[in-house]
Amino acid sequence: MAEFWTGYGLPTLIILAQILGVVIVVLIAMAYLTYAERKVIGFMQLRLGPNVVGPFGLLQPFADALKLMLKETVLPTGANRGVFMIAPVITFSLALVAWAVIPFDDGWVIADINVGILYLFAISSLSVYGIIMAGWASNSKYAFLGALRSAAQMVSYEVSIGFVIVTVLLAVGSLNLSDIVRAQERVWFFIPLFPMFIIFLVSALAETNRAPFDLPEAEAELVSGYNVEYSSITFALFFLGEYISMIVMSAMTSILFLGGWLPPFAFAPFTWVPGVVWFALKIAFILFVFLWVRATLPRYRYDQLMRLGWKVFLPFSLLWVVVTAGALIAFDWLPT
Amino acid sequence: MSEVAIKNLTLNFGPQHPAAHGVLRLVLEMDGEVVERADPHIGLLHRGTEKLIEHKTYLQAVPYFDRLDYVAPMSQEHAFALATERLLGLEVPERGQYIRVLFCEISRILNHILNVTTYALDVGAMTPLLWGFEEREFLMEFYERVSGARLHAAYFRPGGVHRDMPAGLADDIAGFIESFPKFLDDMESLLTENRIFKQRTVDIGVISVNEANDWGLTGPVLRASGAAWDLRKAQPYDVYDRMDFDIPIGKTGDCYARYLVRVAEMRESLRIMSQCLEQMPEGPVSSQQHKITPPSRADMKRSMEALIHHFKLYTEGYHVPAGETYTAVEAPKGEFGVYLVSDGTNKPYRCKIRAPGFAFLQALDKMSRGHMLGDVPALIGSLDIVFGEIDR
Repeated sequence: MAEFWTGYGLPTLIILAQILGVVIVVLIAMAYLTYAERKVIGFMQLRLGPNVVGPFGLLQPFADALKLMLKETVLPTGANRGVFMIAPVITFSLALVAWAVIPFDDGWVIADINVGILYLFAISSLSVYGIIMAGWASNSKYAFLGALRSAAQMVSYEVSIGFVIVTVLLAVGSLNLSDIVRAQERVWFFIPLFPMFIIFLVSALAETNRAPFDLPEAEAELVSGYNVEYSSITFALFFLGEYISMIVMSAMTSILFLGGWLPPFAFAPFTWVPGVVWFALKIAFILFVFLWVRATLPRYRYDQLMRLGWKVFLPFSLLWVVVTAGALIAFDWLPT
Repeated sequence: MSEVAIKNLTLNFGPQHPAAHGVLRLVLEMDGEVVERADPHIGLLHRGTEKLIEHKTYLQAVPYFDRLDYVAPMSQEHAFALATERLLGLEVPERGQYIRVLFCEISRILNHILNVTTYALDVGAMTPLLWGFEEREFLMEFYERVSGARLHAAYFRPGGVHRDMPAGLADDIAGFIESFPKFLDDMESLLTENRIFKQRTVDIGVISVNEANDWGLTGPVLRASGAAWDLRKAQPYDVYDRMDFDIPIGKTGDCYARYLVRVAEMRESLRIMSQCLEQMPEGPVSSQQHKITPPSRADMKRSMEALIHHFKLYTEGYHVPAGETYTAVEAPKGEFGVYLVSDGTNKPYRCKIRAPGFAFLQALDKMSRGHMLGDVPALIGSLDIVFGEIDR
């Protein structure tokens, strides 16, 4: 019995505690991301944003969550009930599952697997299914068009994201996320791979359906896209999933290009700050860029978005893979 | 295998749609994302304004005009006031004319701010809207200070305007003229040279001068196609002939040109406003013929005749000599005309209203054919459609 306890019981409990800890932190971060979005965009638009619920409106996300949970879940008559209900669950759980491989600090990771980056890539591709299912099951033209757009968009931008990741992998020589961060101890990758950093950032916007690529939910054309028919907690799950995947993409950007948990300079005052704080700051910075872009730019049209993805980003990132590989071989910089 | 007939997708765009600008219902027949046919349905905001006016005295008809294009109320009143004055053969004192021109241009800016910024919102840029509404609020306050109402002013009346401007208003308007170009520059920095904005608007919904004339398009939409047609220059009314201003025109006739024309028009409006403030003489603001315009309160306490005038005006109204007139003004959206028939009684026999938006809406099908779904909101935004005046 004791053997079973030390062999299986305790590790399971520890993993469960780790998962719970990460999920809670992520959910709180997500709640305050919605708050930050409204505040930041509010200030950019010369208004205050939420400021009534709690001091400085800090309790607003919880008021919103409560409101969404207490509302009635409307099931459209024409909807395919099973698929309709499962779709938001898929989107939400996939967004959470991605956090399993993200290293918060040296060694602070639930699953330190060798194929970490591939795992992330796979999970973010799967999230298209939630949206497609939602659009199809709603049995509404707006939702269906929104879902199709979304699927096409995510698939196209994933291709260029894939090539960006390949260049990073060439420079690192490992698929493990912690190794990728450690490889940046001398210089963060956004300096040598600057064009890829930009492509990754823009593709991340497209991948998470954020402005200026928020076509699937283009309010002006499709009202709200794939989630028009959703209400209450089912809508909340889509919303949560979308914001969590925004944080995931920011975390990926900071791991791949901004040195993850590493401090900007490896000497005294900077090394005193714990790595997890640097990691959080980097994520916050990229999220701020997301919000900033949303307040500034108009939206692309569907065909323009496709053209940008396939005719600009894809050839360019492909070229850059070749250039990077060539440089690495020519100067004998390949990682061993 | 037998051939499968592929049916176009029919999409119901509106009437409860965030980009449909009011109660526009558009039935779109689409081939994938490409619009094959756009069929606008009207009548959801029909209030029978024209018929109601037949049962109201001339003075009581004024407020109906505020409710047509509720984005720029005073410009509509202006058309009705001018038409009635023409039938009556009435001259408006100079100060009244200057105040009217001043507030017409304020209405123009009110309209163009709303249009340009919501248009930007329709193509996805939301910040200009919120910046613009702050400026719009200043203009609404001018409305309120001069007429007592922020929106439904009922301020331009046959014979002049209702009241003189309150003390200090002219200075505040001058202050606004100083500060407003800053907003325009800020807004333009977000839109005019923005690549995405240009990709969304350039070459969308192109219409040539001839086609625009055939479809009856007027105002900024016609000028964006390259015709320098502006009723303020072509048939000046009130004191527009004394104003020095330019007519901005576009070259391409696409959505982008329409945006540029409106922005340039706002700058011209500022020029007209400052000239009005400079040249405005002292004196009465409405005709001193008290059979048409009410006497002052003080007169009513002393003069029996003034009291009788007041009583008659607010019960029976005034009789307008039999005749008919078509009087049009350059409203912010285009040519806004009133065809007024009088049979010599105190109520109009017929009042036909020509709203510029109606013509824009009928051209929407032609303009949107072959464009994508995402262009339809941009087109509606660039045409400046307000349903108050279309459905009347």
